[in-house]
Amino acid sequence: MIHSLFLINNAGDIFLEKHWKSVISRSVCDYFFEAQEKAMEPDNVPPVIRTPHHYLINIYRDKIFFVSVIQTEVPPLFVIEFLHRVAEMFQDYFGDCSEVAIKDNVVIVYELLEEMLDNGFPLATESNILKELIKPPTILRSMVNSITGSSNVGETLPTGQLSTVPWRRAGVKYTNNEAYFDVVEEIDAILDKSGTTVFAEIQGVIDACVKLSGMPDLTLSFMNPRLLDDVSFHPCVRFKRWESERVLSFIPPDGNFRLMSYHVNAQNLVAIPVYVRQNISFFESGSSGRLDITLGPKQTMGKTVECVVVTVHMPKVVLNANLTATQGNYTYDPVTKILVWDIGKLNQQKLPNLKGSLSLQSGAPKPEENPSLNIDLKIQQLAISGLKVNRLDMYGEKYKPFKGVKYVTKAGKFQTGKVVPKQSSRLLFDKTK
Amino acid sequence: MSSSSAFNDEKGGSSSVGEPEYGHDPASGGIFSSDYKRHDDLKEMLDSNKDSLKLEAMKRIVAMVARGKNASDLFPAVVKNVACKNIEVKKLVYVYLVRYAEEQQDLALLSISTFQRGLKDPNQLIRASALRVLSSIRVTIIVPIMMLAIKEAASDMSPYVRKTAAHAIPKLYSLDPEQKDQLIEVIEKLLADKTTLVAGSVVMAFEEVCPERIELIHKNYRKLCNLLIDVEEWGQVVIINMLTRYARTQFLNPNINESLLEEGGEKEFYASDDDEDDEEKKAEAAALAKRKPYVMDPDHRLLLRNTKPLLQSRNAAVVMAVAQLYFHLAPKAEVGVIAKALVRLLRSHSEVQYVVLQNVATMTIKRRGMFEPHLKSFYIRSTDPTQIKILKLEVLTNLASETNISTILREFQTYIKSMDKDFVAATIEAIGRCATNIGEVRDTCLNGLVQLLSNRDELVVAESVVVIKKLLQMQPEQHSEIIKHMAKLIDNIQVPMARASILWLIGEYCEHVPKIAPDVLRKMAKTFTNEEDIVKLQILNLAAKLYLTNSKQTKLLTQYVLNLAKYDQNYDIRDRARFIRQLIVPTDKSGALSKYAKKLFLALKPAPVLESPFKDRDHFQLGSLSHLLNTKAGGYQELPEWPDSAPDPSVRNVEVKDSVPEWSKCTSRKERKEKKVEKPFYSDSEGESGPTESADSESDSGSRSESDSEQTGSGSESEESVEESQSEEEEDEEEEKMKKKKKVDKSQPKKSESAESDQSSGEEQKKERKGVKQRRSGSESESEEESESESSESESGSEEDSESDTDTRKKKKTPASKPTAKDTKKESKKETKEISLLDLDDFAPTSSPQVTPVNNFLSSSLASDLEGLSLTDTVLAPTTIAPSASVRMYELLHRITGEGLGVEYCFNRQAFSPDPHMVAVQIHFTNNTSCETKNLHIEEPKLQSGMRIKEFPEIDMLPAGESVSVVMGIDFCDSTQAANFQLCTHTRKFFVSIQPPVGELMTPIFLTENEFKKEQGQLMGMNEISDKLTLGEKCQNDHSIIERVNATANLGRVPCGSDKDCRFAGKTVSSGSLVLVTVARKEGGGAQLTVNCEKMVIGTMLMKDILHALMQ
Repeated sequence: MIHSLFLINNAGDIFLEKHWKSVISRSVCDYFFEAQEKAMEPDNVPPVIRTPHHYLINIYRDKIFFVSVIQTEVPPLFVIEFLHRVAEMFQDYFGDCSEVAIKDNVVIVYELLEEMLDNGFPLATESNILKELIKPPTILRSMVNSITGSSNVGETLPTGQLSTVPWRRAGVKYTNNEAYFDVVEEIDAILDKSGTTVFAEIQGVIDACVKLSGMPDLTLSFMNPRLLDDVSFHPCVRFKRWESERVLSFIPPDGNFRLMSYHVNAQNLVAIPVYVRQNISFFESGSSGRLDITLGPKQTMGKTVECVVVTVHMPKVVLNANLTATQGNYTYDPVTKILVWDIGKLNQQKLPNLKGSLSLQSGAPKPEENPSLNIDLKIQQLAISGLKVNRLDMYGEKYKPFKGVKYVTKAGKFQTGKVVPKQSSRLLFDKTK
Repeated sequence: MSSSSAFNDEKGGSSSVGEPEYGHDPASGGIFSSDYKRHDDLKEMLDSNKDSLKLEAMKRIVAMVARGKNASDLFPAVVKNVACKNIEVKKLVYVYLVRYAEEQQDLALLSISTFQRGLKDPNQLIRASALRVLSSIRVTIIVPIMMLAIKEAASDMSPYVRKTAAHAIPKLYSLDPEQKDQLIEVIEKLLADKTTLVAGSVVMAFEEVCPERIELIHKNYRKLCNLLIDVEEWGQVVIINMLTRYARTQFLNPNINESLLEEGGEKEFYASDDDEDDEEKKAEAAALAKRKPYVMDPDHRLLLRNTKPLLQSRNAAVVMAVAQLYFHLAPKAEVGVIAKALVRLLRSHSEVQYVVLQNVATMTIKRRGMFEPHLKSFYIRSTDPTQIKILKLEVLTNLASETNISTILREFQTYIKSMDKDFVAATIEAIGRCATNIGEVRDTCLNGLVQLLSNRDELVVAESVVVIKKLLQMQPEQHSEIIKHMAKLIDNIQVPMARASILWLIGEYCEHVPKIAPDVLRKMAKTFTNEEDIVKLQILNLAAKLYLTNSKQTKLLTQYVLNLAKYDQNYDIRDRARFIRQLIVPTDKSGALSKYAKKLFLALKPAPVLESPFKDRDHFQLGSLSHLLNTKAGGYQELPEWPDSAPDPSVRNVEVKDSVPEWSKCTSRKERKEKKVEKPFYSDSEGESGPTESADSESDSGSRSESDSEQTGSGSESEESVEESQSEEEEDEEEEKMKKKKKVDKSQPKKSESAESDQSSGEEQKKERKGVKQRRSGSESESEEESESESSESESGSEEDSESDTDTRKKKKTPASKPTAKDTKKESKKETKEISLLDLDDFAPTSSPQVTPVNNFLSSSLASDLEGLSLTDTVLAPTTIAPSASVRMYELLHRITGEGLGVEYCFNRQAFSPDPHMVAVQIHFTNNTSCETKNLHIEEPKLQSGMRIKEFPEIDMLPAGESVSVVMGIDFCDSTQAANFQLCTHTRKFFVSIQPPVGELMTPIFLTENEFKKEQGQLMGMNEISDKLTLGEKCQNDHSIIERVNATANLGRVPCGSDKDCRFAGKTVSSGSLVLVTVARKEGGGAQLTVNCEKMVIGTMLMKDILHALMQ
């Protein structure tokens, strides 16, 4: 299946290569570079590139291209999903999946890749199994290793691969047994200029951090499972019980993992926590423009909106911005044309406002489209959909675990200021005409 | 070592200038010497004795390999270390070996013997890794060795080794395709494997080696379907894709009726036309009748049902695999379920979106309705990458219909203002497609596009022109205004394609714009030499057409243009000019063709059909690379067309063999009925048969305590109801098969136990395991609801035997020292038994010391009978907690943590003969693995000061599937501190601990009532603890009080006259301190509990425990 893997940085250096079958020359990457050049932006590099003898399937993640070489038919998603799993594993092991981290831990990376694929077919992709095989580096261990010459490779043979619960490692022991669940919801929304919702939906995930000894069997139930429309689970969740009883029953992996992701029923109205008043205008003459943005809380269920950040992708002709913010700081990058206004906590009494002028390239025609705003925010202790965890029960072990649930709401792809032609006004494509 | 080696690599010479170069000898800077001397230091390090140096060297070498630097000259030095003891060095050597063995075949052979040795290792993981490396070395000479190793591993006990064998098959095949036939045999064998661990890997091998041998799947089809949900994610993808192909060859098209109905209608129509050939009609009707009642093959249904839950997988590849399976195989009405899952994938990484959208685009052409409710999910965001935007646009266009077109067009309108020009161009094209597909909005779209012609952006205008041109071709008559407008644009538009389009339009419809056309040609003639090639060709076209329709005005112009073209650089244009001149300008020589010039040039041209590029792509299996590229990729297996008539479904039937329980189809009604009768008996275990549930049945079974048996119970119940609610026939058959299988299990308990050792969760095995579980729970005599009298009886019988063994031994060794203790002990034991007997027969409880001796004569077999009865008793009253204390089992080592070795212990309340100060602990080992466990013994006890352990004699060997009980002694020093020690097998060590309940730290003594009172009198004050309590509802009579106290603590009953008081006496095992317990009943369910004990801590704890027991 997967023949070889090349890791390429933004500058076009191949800084790691791994072959699972016979060696393929790195010159095969030239086809990739060609496509990359054509695409202009890394986002636009086609994930599948055809070359005379091979197919290149690549992902772009954390400023690294993971380019895999394929020779025969294989489901492209299979490879893409696997490459993302590799990237996640690096992140899991080294804290971040950067070029520096990979170069610093090149031996571990290589050992990991060796274990994850056998002859190009995935072998061990569960973090718990891999950690049994190859211990993640810590500062202490690398110090000890360098002194004593001992190794990162596990001394014991990994038993996880043999078990029917491959995601859990055997013989887990903790002095403090704890299980924490984070219910994180994201609002994806498109609002038009007047603040009306064009499209809004809520995506949620439940991330868990479970540190329990032995083989606990957990059952998590919700107060209002009906809210959940579409769900996807970690393999540990017993699907049949979900179907019949709407409870999550599972033997958890050890440590951090994503238990489920869900989509909230589309029928439910989505509460939009903030409103935005924006006025960005460009003058026909004088090569300048004006910008005026005000934010205020809307439906927040009595919670404070935090970490508010407004990002505006300005048209190419905007050279600079001269603004004043009543709260927070703003930056404008004239190269990427991105205006970032970091507001912080949203104050009910004094609404944050950003006002000022924009200088445009002289002579250039004024941009047609007013830029839309992307808003980032966070509300602690609130799941905007109203989802509530009812209880968590543990079976199979005798101790009493410490349990906790946290709720957070975030803005996902939250965009305002979209100019949507109104039905009433005469349209370009108005049927009546 | 790595401090100062920052040199450039002469050989690698890549862009990594200035990077620290590993494995470079700092001493060798010279260009010529470098090749010889480089890596000398590494070689030295590899030759050293120190593992740390070797490790450092290997790390540097692997780092070189990772960077793609050549390290092949180190091969001899590295290969020497293949047998190194250090695991990490070994691993890195393997990595290196696999990378370079192909280049250095001769030297690589040196390592083979190490791997061959590894293949024989008793540890399955070592065997597996040896096979893995051996098969990864691409050296042709060792093909026979590999073949042998694979064959052997394919019949290995361990499923993990078999999985590795499956992985090795494609490796060998790519190395030597000659071996195909032999490999197919191995594949065939492994396909029959029943473990989830192997399933994915062997199907992968099947797909790579012999995808055409579809008949190999027949017998394994149902098993694969049933295992699917428990296979690891990657295996699921491969299996689902393969099964899609399989189903296409074996089942009938579920949508056949729809197409047939349409066909049928047509046929009727024709039939009425010609009544003559009646026979043919009849034949047709017969064929219709035969084909019409479509009934889905139960196996087809099985596949659809078992894949559906996987739509909820977190793995995008699995979801996509299921989606394509449903798209290709499911009845039209059921395909809809995949839409939601696919839309979910659109929130994933952009690469995933890209692939999913491609597939959705293909699907929307065939099944638009499926995605219509999700229209908004395909709306485009300004932050989407262009390639995603364009694909979404494609989907939106495919989804457009009369009802939603206005919404879609409004959405498109916002896209046109986007800054992303490629995207705008694509939007305009999409509008054009909507216009051609939906007649109602054609004019609206055309008007909109015309307005775009005045757009400031040239690209937008150009794209509009091209699209308008296509639209106008449909109804040119009504749109001369637009053509005129476009003619004016020719001065401004520079994009060649747009210019060419305008010129073509004017030429084509020059009759509609007779005044403008010659003028345009004039302008074009002026700029001819500067135009692009496609524009030039269209100028020639325009000239020719004008010449034919309006030669008076344009003759000279045409000739001028033709002359210019004659000397053009491009031969295409020169050819065209020559050709046109011959055709249109009448000369003497011009042949017959010139007469038809007008017809040739001004023929009515059919309007172009604006088609989706995704049309008909679904002949490729969706989700495949070939589909994505729209060309056949190497190794792609065509998706077969549905067969006209279904092949024999019986090929998938599997007979029940004597030894191995397998799938079977029972045909006779009678048999079925018989099975049904049995159902209640197995009903409890029925639930466990579902693949999801069974995963936990394994992990729970050992550790389950009374409290959570109900939990699994509820789980299985629901499962059962699901299964039952499905009324389809094959459903029943399935169940029957399961039952049948179970029955086989039951009849062969030995077999099931040995098979249980397989760590994986194959469907069959689960059932077998279930059987074992039931047996075990029976012996535990906990309040498990199932009871299997035969098996549990046999078990408990043997237990009893062993107990009586120890009894006799004890008698022999210490006949004089502890006569009373022994007696009372016996007595108390009898008492519990007697109680259960009495309980059953509903006798009044009369417990006096005189009664007990009678029971002493009970034979061991009778005792075991009683035990069996007491089991049934617990079934009747499941709420009773721990009815007979003697057999309460505690878990020492869970069978999962113990890698198949399950260990439980109980306090059997026998005196420990070698040392009377120790508590006897009976330990029960069960070997659940497939290989024997050797040298079971205890090591390194970590004990609190004063505590001692008398180890049990080492168990030399515990065969697979067998159980054994031993007794060990622990002196807990009268404390409830745990005794920690290591339990060792020949391969592993487990840390375990035994913590005694306080009640087990004592042993009964016999006292008369007077003696009791006397002793009690001496233990007053601080040594007496007493408390009031309310007796639990089920604890109102003496009998149950005695039962409960006995269950809690190992105490002897003191006979007494009063019927209100119950007295118990015992002494602690280690120090011999007296423990006296009095329960004085009062009116109204109250009671007074008094504990007198020298050891206050023990007294308090005992108090608490007994209180707890009595209150329930």
